[in-house]
Amino acid sequence: MIIWVEIIYLLAAVLFIVGIKAMTRPKTAVRGNLLSAVGMLLAVVVTLLDRGIVRYEYIAAGLIAGALVGATMAMRVRMTAMPQMVALLNGCGGAASLALAIASQIMTLEGPGYTAGSAGMIAVVFVMVTILIGAVTLSGSLVAFAKLQELISGQPIGFAGMKFLNAALFAAALGATALLCANPGSDALLWTLVAVALLLGLTLVLPIGGADMPVVIALLNSYSGIAAATAGFIMENTVLIVSGSLVGASGLILTQIMCKAMNRSLTNVLFGVMAPGGAAIDADAIYAGKVKSAQAEEIAMILETARRVVIVPGFGMAMSQAQHAVRELMDVLEDRGTEVEFAIHPVAGRMPGHMNVLLAEAEVPYDKLVEMDRINPTFEQTDVAIVIGANDVTNPMAREDKGSPIYGMPILNVDKARTVVVVKRSLGSGFAGLPNPLFARDNCLMVFGDGKKAVIDITAALNVA
Amino acid sequence: METLILLFTLFVISLFLGVELITKVPPTLHTPLMSGTNAISGITLVGAALAAGAETQSWLVHALGFIAVFTATLNVVGGYLVTNRMLAMFKRK
Repeated sequence: MIIWVEIIYLLAAVLFIVGIKAMTRPKTAVRGNLLSAVGMLLAVVVTLLDRGIVRYEYIAAGLIAGALVGATMAMRVRMTAMPQMVALLNGCGGAASLALAIASQIMTLEGPGYTAGSAGMIAVVFVMVTILIGAVTLSGSLVAFAKLQELISGQPIGFAGMKFLNAALFAAALGATALLCANPGSDALLWTLVAVALLLGLTLVLPIGGADMPVVIALLNSYSGIAAATAGFIMENTVLIVSGSLVGASGLILTQIMCKAMNRSLTNVLFGVMAPGGAAIDADAIYAGKVKSAQAEEIAMILETARRVVIVPGFGMAMSQAQHAVRELMDVLEDRGTEVEFAIHPVAGRMPGHMNVLLAEAEVPYDKLVEMDRINPTFEQTDVAIVIGANDVTNPMAREDKGSPIYGMPILNVDKARTVVVVKRSLGSGFAGLPNPLFARDNCLMVFGDGKKAVIDITAALNVA
Repeated sequence: METLILLFTLFVISLFLGVELITKVPPTLHTPLMSGTNAISGITLVGAALAAGAETQSWLVHALGFIAVFTATLNVVGGYLVTNRMLAMFKRK
């Protein structure tokens, strides 16, 4: 019986791996996700047959309630709200590991207790590490959710000495773990650790601004995996360890990609405030008299003769739900024989790959979405670059101004296109809080207003032309 | 102790395997990748079921077990379904 369970767990782990492997291509990805889900089903079913389970009412209640809430959320969530959804799911993963670790601690103390010596100590450490990571993932994800859902301000929240508070909380958590190793029976210490770890999750994520949310979500994703893996050590369960570490690795890779795309280190994202770029940069001095605003009709006239157009979507496109309007603009342009491509910056939007999902929703073929490194050399042969709701990722200061806080961040070189059209609400600055000299360039035209409306107007004007 | 070393080996090897696998996923699929791996991390459900169904008099263990099963199931079902929804959009042409 036990052998069979282990073999099914192995099969489940293999299905997870094959499933992720199939995710490397859009064509096979749906099947990959399905294979992974089958693996999960197998693992759960074989667990329910375990002889250690004597009562099913709590399991059944949890399964039914969880499946109902999960399915409803998954069916109803808008594609623009995907970052929040993933943040919430990360939090659930953390909560599950946290609850599991506390339950297992109580059961151990109720039963035979921890074995003496190093083996017992290691067992306690795994429980405490799972509690720590699980709790940080839970409360951190809830803060990330609240920020993305705009329940609280997306601006960094905190005070100057915040990192000292974080360090103190982390030290307190480690201290509580050490004390629990010596005295595993203490309830007070256990709940202190839970409280401190939950608080740490809050204070870690609150000071991080909206622009850095992609990094935070990826990192919390990694944490939720690691928490599952450490829970696997508690239960001595192989499938938990394998799948937990796969997820942990996945989150770490994505975190690394995001950091690289912003030219910042992970420590800088987590603990650093962006360095103020010497003297404050005066936006008025850059923009004064140089910004040209245009109407939809003028833009349509320019697009009429364009041979190649590159569209640069940003978070503003998601905010105004403009993805379908953008697709229509693409269709009209292509019908006129214009080549259209999309330039995707790795940190455009609020999570990795967010723009791709939105454009896929609007049925833009995925081979039209081009990564930064491949599209940048083509801007010089591009007649019109249309920037919709993106700002910092097009700021030429990152390339040219050594004193600027974003210097060195890889950007989309839209300014090299013959004409740049920027669709934007106002001249307000992006998350980095910097003016964008692009807007004052000779080849740049601003279309002020709601992204969706502006794109529809341009498309209509182009149709008349 | 031997079991621990074995489990730890599994952990480390899986981390490397994860890195190898994930680096090959194209950026265009990073959002569904995230929600999909997220669903996989709901594997905690396996451990949660063992806790929720255990023979114990402690109401606290049962309550925690229920919470763990609930959140893990939400994670699994929500994660796989939303990933499927997104990937289906990439598939059509």
